[in-house]
Amino acid sequence: MLTVLVRRLLNVVPTLVAVIALVFLLFSVLPGSFISGMNEDGRGLVDPAVMERMRKEMGLDDPLHERFAKYIAKTFVGDFGVSFRTREPVTKLIGDRLWPSLKLVLASMLFAIVIGVPLGFIAALKPGSVTDTTSMVVAISGLSLPKFWLGLMLMYLFALQLKILPSFGYGDGGLTHLTLPAIALGVSPMALLARTTRAAVLEVLNADFVRTARSKGMSEPRVVTWHVMRNALVLVITTIGLQFGSLMGQAVVVEKLFAWPGVGSLLVDSVFQRDIPAVQGCILLIVLFFLAINTLIDLAYVTIDPRIRYA
Amino acid sequence: MTDSPLLAVDNLRIDIGGGKERHAAVEDVSFSIARGETFGLVGESGCGKSITALSIMGLLRHPLSLGSGSSIVLDGQPIHNASAAEMRSLRGRRIGMIFQEPMTALNPLSPVGRQIAEMFVLHMGMGWKEATERAVDSLRQVRVPSPERRVHDYPHQLSGGMRQRVMIAIALACSPDMLIADEPTTALDVTVQAEIVDLMRDLCAEKGTAILMISHDLGLVAQVCRRVAVMYAGRIVEQRASAEVFKDPRHPYTRGLLASLPRLGARSQHGRQRLNEISGVVPAVSAFPRGCRFNPRCGARTDICTIEDPQTTPLDGGQGLVRCHHA
Amino acid sequence: MKWGTNLWVGGGLVGVSILVGVFADVIQLADPVTSANLMNAEIPPGREFPFGTDAQGRDIYSRIVHGARISLTVGLVSQIANSIIGVTLGLTAGYWGGWWDDFVSGLTNLMLAIPSLIFALAIMAILGPGLVSLLIALGLTNWSYSCRIARAQVLSLKSQGYIQAARILGYGDLRIMFTQLLPNMLGPLIVMATLGMGGAILAEAALSFLGLGIRPPYPSWGSMLSDAREQINTAPWLSVFPGLAIFLTVLGLNLLGDGLRDILDPQSKERTA
Repeated sequence: MLTVLVRRLLNVVPTLVAVIALVFLLFSVLPGSFISGMNEDGRGLVDPAVMERMRKEMGLDDPLHERFAKYIAKTFVGDFGVSFRTREPVTKLIGDRLWPSLKLVLASMLFAIVIGVPLGFIAALKPGSVTDTTSMVVAISGLSLPKFWLGLMLMYLFALQLKILPSFGYGDGGLTHLTLPAIALGVSPMALLARTTRAAVLEVLNADFVRTARSKGMSEPRVVTWHVMRNALVLVITTIGLQFGSLMGQAVVVEKLFAWPGVGSLLVDSVFQRDIPAVQGCILLIVLFFLAINTLIDLAYVTIDPRIRYA
Repeated sequence: MTDSPLLAVDNLRIDIGGGKERHAAVEDVSFSIARGETFGLVGESGCGKSITALSIMGLLRHPLSLGSGSSIVLDGQPIHNASAAEMRSLRGRRIGMIFQEPMTALNPLSPVGRQIAEMFVLHMGMGWKEATERAVDSLRQVRVPSPERRVHDYPHQLSGGMRQRVMIAIALACSPDMLIADEPTTALDVTVQAEIVDLMRDLCAEKGTAILMISHDLGLVAQVCRRVAVMYAGRIVEQRASAEVFKDPRHPYTRGLLASLPRLGARSQHGRQRLNEISGVVPAVSAFPRGCRFNPRCGARTDICTIEDPQTTPLDGGQGLVRCHHA
Repeated sequence: MKWGTNLWVGGGLVGVSILVGVFADVIQLADPVTSANLMNAEIPPGREFPFGTDAQGRDIYSRIVHGARISLTVGLVSQIANSIIGVTLGLTAGYWGGWWDDFVSGLTNLMLAIPSLIFALAIMAILGPGLVSLLIALGLTNWSYSCRIARAQVLSLKSQGYIQAARILGYGDLRIMFTQLLPNMLGPLIVMATLGMGGAILAEAALSFLGLGIRPPYPSWGSMLSDAREQINTAPWLSVFPGLAIFLTVLGLNLLGDGLRDILDPQSKERTA
């Protein structure tokens, strides 16, 4: 377990450094360099004095490699700089948004797993049946829906017409405010999980050891619970990890639509306000979340699949 | 044999597909196995021997199905029309089965001890604890060293031979009346093959279990089995005592199989000629030739072979049979 | 039986979208941008305006018809860019191996770690809104899957002795890659590209919805939805039709991708058959 964790973390570090470098370079080197380009695209004028202060604060006049080294060093100790807009440390800014974001992502993933996995399972047990066809039509439709449009339609139906749920905002952070954004965000991972689960279960059902199980005189429900479920789970869990990990990034549009105070809406607002440190911080956090989730998934593998433990 | 046989397969037909696309993959197959007897089914891959075994287990799955008129009787009880629940209680308890590939035939995520213990839980109503203790005994019986440790191992931690021993332990856990072994040694090293065959034979002799052994290797089958049926393109073409087959093979296909066996001091010239006779491949189920199904590959073919389907001819005083115009 | 349906329904939906995009000028009822007329503002769907009008009195139907052009262009061009990048990297990485392979694998992992929407959003933030920025942002950020497929295919062909044989015949590296290897992996890549196009159209809509994509007044489905959000209560049709257009186009691409997979990528068919 520990060696897997260590090995995995060693794999993550280069990716992390590369992401930090990329985020740094994107906003420091590319033409326009974000600040000097500020007055050119007509998105609001900035006082030259403010610009001068920003340049100085960011050390934009120092040589690139020095700035880069400094940025890396600061980032690794968790210092993402100070927000241009609020003058607060970016870590605090993000910290305030982290819990709402996590709540939304967890709720969506829960929705996706609770609906998607059983749907795929039921579909696979009777391939070609009406249930199967229906679930797969639902799944491919779910994959084709724009999240924000689905959110908009849910909002219209449940908040504005039926008036049973609030249309937007965080409120007290309770379930009533969480439901619509979580569904809007969760439908596409749900659809993908349904498809992956179906394929995984079908693959396992065709495996030789399932034939062995049947030759032992096992009833079909027992074959499924004793021999199919775990093996199918191993195949599904990668998809769960990849979806879960990227959900915080995918949440951007949904958070923006529902005015949910998460990292995603902070990112979009910061882009419009040209708050570079905040933008960089949000992106780094979203990537960090992806890497963290997938590390956890790797560890989950170790407990589920004995072949990896000894490999 | 005055007793009724343990297993009587009569007029077995296995269909593949349905409607207009239906073809008989196995047809007109009949044989019987006495209690404790060893019987072999031999043929190239695709001749229908494996699905014959699966049909006895009631494990044919779409697109395969048992044709009407087929009869499979186990110990006086017809099982070709048994309900799913009845078949379940037979499988594992009265008929055990071993498959070719012991790596994929065992669940990779489950300790081998548990996979054996399942048999005792399923068929003897034991609890898991007691069943696991019995699994240790089973492993000891199949001569797995330090069975107390091995019960907790996962399949990937065992060698191919060890895994096949586990399969045997599973198949024989409930002392079934019959063991079906489908190519049990094909995937194993040559050195391990003999050990596994000996183990199977010894254990079955001990428990009085009959063996239906399926293989492409006539030599192996003849070594284990008292009687042999040679299958070609979904039909039995020759069925006799193993000794007779070796002494005087009557069907050209059987002669070809025999000749292709590596044998010390073989009549090399003869042998080479016969190998040539068996060139070509097994025809596809949807394209069985007219007349004798072997005729396109047969060196002794005459006109009648391409026109008329040969009937079976009794041999050895009714103990054997052959399906050939020229036997 | 069911899979044939996939192909036909998907192909049909995509075909209709393409025709609509190509003949937008012919089948429009009014100019999508200049026909603003506040006298006609927010008229519900009816005889004169089949999908209604927006706050500026523009015909929604005509705007959607033109939106098809933008969505499909963005989807197609950015996916072609992604395919070229991914295939080139994957092919060379699998073929040459060594440090280049390590480098490409690292790059692929990096791309996978940054959700592509976020990456595209960052690029859009730097380049500013507009069609060209959009094509760059979406064309550079979603090649990791094509790259992985190409690399895996090369490795499997390599193990079959394919490359060895071609080398013995005296073929050069590039010739082997593009005449021997590429044709052998086109099936899965086409499937990937079809599905990727759907993803790109969704991403374009999302970015435009956020105000970082196509800028108004040009009629992109995403920017139409962005405008419509404010009027969801008074004029819901403004939201319904552009969303339906996105949904049906992407659904068509996804179905087509599934249908093509059954034909072009039989290995994965075996897995799910």
